[in-house]
Amino acid sequence: MRKMSFADAIESALKQAMSEDPNVFLMGEDLHTFRVNILAQFGNERVQSTPISESAFLGAGVTAAMAGLRPVVEIMLIDFIGVAIDALLNHASKVYSFSGGKWNVPLVVRASCGGGYGDGGQHEQSLWGWLAHIPGLNVVVPSNPADAGQLMLSAIEADHPVIYLEHKLLADYWLDYMGTGGRENVNFDVPQAGVQGLVPEKWEPLPVGKAICLREGSDLTFISLGVSVHRCMEAAEILAKEDFSTEVIDLRWVSPLDTRTIIKSASKTKRVIVVDEDYLQFGLSGEIAAILAEENGLKCQFGRIGTETTIPYNRHMEDNILPNVKRILELARKL
Amino acid sequence: MILMQERTILELYEAMLSSRSLEEAITHLWNEGYIFGEMHLGIGEEAIIAGILSHIIPGDAIATDHRSTPPFVMRGVDPEALLLELLGHPKGLCSGMGGHMHLFSQDLLLTSSGIVGSSGPSAVGFALAAKYRKTNNIAVAFFGEGAMNQGMLLESLNLAASMNLPVLFVCKDNNWAITTQSNEVTGGVLLDRVQGFGIEAREIDGSDVKAVWQATKTAIPRMRGGKKSPYFIQAHCTHKEGHLLGDPLLRFHRAPKKEFGAVTGPLTKSVLHYKGGRIDKRIGSVAKVLSLIAKSRMQLSDSKDPIKRLEKDQTELGKQFSQIQLAIQSEVDALVTGVMNTLKQEVSQ
Repeated sequence: MRKMSFADAIESALKQAMSEDPNVFLMGEDLHTFRVNILAQFGNERVQSTPISESAFLGAGVTAAMAGLRPVVEIMLIDFIGVAIDALLNHASKVYSFSGGKWNVPLVVRASCGGGYGDGGQHEQSLWGWLAHIPGLNVVVPSNPADAGQLMLSAIEADHPVIYLEHKLLADYWLDYMGTGGRENVNFDVPQAGVQGLVPEKWEPLPVGKAICLREGSDLTFISLGVSVHRCMEAAEILAKEDFSTEVIDLRWVSPLDTRTIIKSASKTKRVIVVDEDYLQFGLSGEIAAILAEENGLKCQFGRIGTETTIPYNRHMEDNILPNVKRILELARKL
Repeated sequence: MILMQERTILELYEAMLSSRSLEEAITHLWNEGYIFGEMHLGIGEEAIIAGILSHIIPGDAIATDHRSTPPFVMRGVDPEALLLELLGHPKGLCSGMGGHMHLFSQDLLLTSSGIVGSSGPSAVGFALAAKYRKTNNIAVAFFGEGAMNQGMLLESLNLAASMNLPVLFVCKDNNWAITTQSNEVTGGVLLDRVQGFGIEAREIDGSDVKAVWQATKTAIPRMRGGKKSPYFIQAHCTHKEGHLLGDPLLRFHRAPKKEFGAVTGPLTKSVLHYKGGRIDKRIGSVAKVLSLIAKSRMQLSDSKDPIKRLEKDQTELGKQFSQIQLAIQSEVDALVTGVMNTLKQEVSQ
């Protein structure tokens, strides 16, 4: 094991994948800056900088993948996927079905996501539920360095399109670029366990669609992903002092969703709270509620915390609207 | 050439300086940590905005990009409301909900957006509404040259041309799209591209406020009457603060020890890694990035500063310029002091 940052872990896994498979290449805006180390090791044929033309280069990524390459196409912020959504909604996700299961699209879309640093409602969305809504798209959201590297490898090796979302509070270079801008006098609620951590010597992929139980408990289950996992762990720690035993599940994948792990934990604790930074309505938390409701013989109480409005620019309002420890504890104590 | 009255020049100077002084105050507040997140300034674009806005009449709509402070200031939005918004205050222009990239003023038909190219469709819709209502109003779209490769902007050009809509498309061209040199990712010539849609287009020096004023003085009134039609302006400019405050390339010039210190290790390791591309390609790639950092330094130069340029071009107005400077500076100082005092009082309560 070695210690590594979240961002370095992704870079390291990408470099390993690019060394092992010449078909893996990166494409996106400003990659000569944001991926300068990969560029320095592999040259500009494997790290292609593009104009601000998301719909074109993401659409091109789909067919480059169909032609046998393994593109990792970067959309700088997942909010910008709006400009290029057709490539995912009507093409990447559907070619496999349309072709009768004969043509795969091994595409990775990498994008930053999430808020908590004062960038407002067009730059801080999560959108994973929105994307996972489309059959044929897989969506993965790592919460720590080891997962970040391993899941990047899973995404690259998968034969179907995977949206890989890195939270800006975890990826230090994103927070530096978009939040602090090199200043030392601004601080954000960054979960350190997500930013730095031990990672394997050699990257191995994790199974697609497999969640992990980060903390065992018997009274209550928190189901979460990304930065919110760390908020849940903090809340669970506080609840433990009140003699309340809380299980914390990091979903890792929004799609495919690990329903087995969800049901297993719900059957044990009989109380489930989903903590989801994405929008509350018509999303992941509702999906999990449906899965629990559909499970025969399972009776459990259910609660959820998510983002219910456009994310405000005001830092105080923003912190209250995004899932936080206080809101999690309030709901946990009520349930 | 239309003769410019002294009064017009002084008004343009005042408009540019009002925006500049406020943005300098914003820079200070950002540096002090009062403004969170990204901060994109319009410093360097003032001549383009001032020159065009001086021909704008009530009822005209303006769709801006992520550098919306100058058009908002020059269109007459209350600077206090603007400043409070940037500080995320509930009494801000948008109740602290929007922030600098998402400013809106319904009264003045002013919008902004952080999505590159989106001012194109926005302006087309405003122009459509104006034409539909049979007014003589126009709509202006402000965007950078990076947006000229965004599909929705190109579609807007066609839509405006085919529907005969009075949209003034203003491309503020500094040849940088964040850290990318736009000419390296752009095919052909922008003006040819626009003219290909059948839109009249011209290129001007966006650091020369008189040139911008001249170029739009007749073009804008023409768009209002008779057969409506779009018009396109490519105005060259420079952003002294780069893409945003804390610009990653400019930091290499401002704090070279810190920045190079942070990147040299990983970069060297990557170049020399035993696995990877051909060594000549690796070195070539790094050389290109280094040359990009070197080129970014040009932005720091004052030579394309529109305010300094006007001061130099019109030395005979030096005395009046100084008076305007003093007046604006004391206004902005009072504004910032007042706003910060209010904030401190609120915090202490």
